[in-house]
Amino acid sequence: MTKSELIDAVAAQTNVTKGRAEMVVNCIFDSMTEALKNGEGIEIRGLGSFTVRQYKPYHGRNPRTGEPVNVPSKRLPFFKVGKELKEMINAIDAPDDPKDNP
Amino acid sequence: MTKADIIERVYETVGGFSKKEAAEIVETVFQIMKQSLTTNRKIKISGFGNFVVREKKERMGRNPHTNQPIVIGARHVLNFKPSQVLKNALNAEDGN
Repeated sequence: MTKSELIDAVAAQTNVTKGRAEMVVNCIFDSMTEALKNGEGIEIRGLGSFTVRQYKPYHGRNPRTGEPVNVPSKRLPFFKVGKELKEMINAIDAPDDPKDNP
Repeated sequence: MTKADIIERVYETVGGFSKKEAAEIVETVFQIMKQSLTTNRKIKISGFGNFVVREKKERMGRNPHTNQPIVIGARHVLNFKPSQVLKNALNAEDGN
């Protein structure tokens, strides 16, 4: 599912237009991005939580050329799946469709 | 940030919804996402990131407390891969 398919599904399940559904979906992800930018965590009960993790700088290597590269310190978002969604996902019993996970 | 904060933002920014309607539509968005992950196993939100369900095979593990070997059964897990746009936003020089 892509963002536009999510927007279509929201419009189909509610009585709002696609245009308004799009504004809502964008507003949700924009406000989440903004919170993460400010270093703030996000907790969506049932879905999961996002935290910002600080990574220290390290000396790495370009795996292709073996050349040493300096990787600067960085911040990355980390997602931890919530209990309800974890259980829903774990209950999937059919094997993966290979074309979904190339 | 919690769901209540997101609902408040939708109420203020999008406009035209009562607080109750804003709460309902935000709830619907997350419900659809959860449902879609169990059926389609993948959600791609451009500019934010991808949520992908991955299959884990059965493997042998060890109880770190008792050191007893145990079988960790096959299961499904959810991974989130942040988009380059989100990663850049978190590492902008000015912090904004």
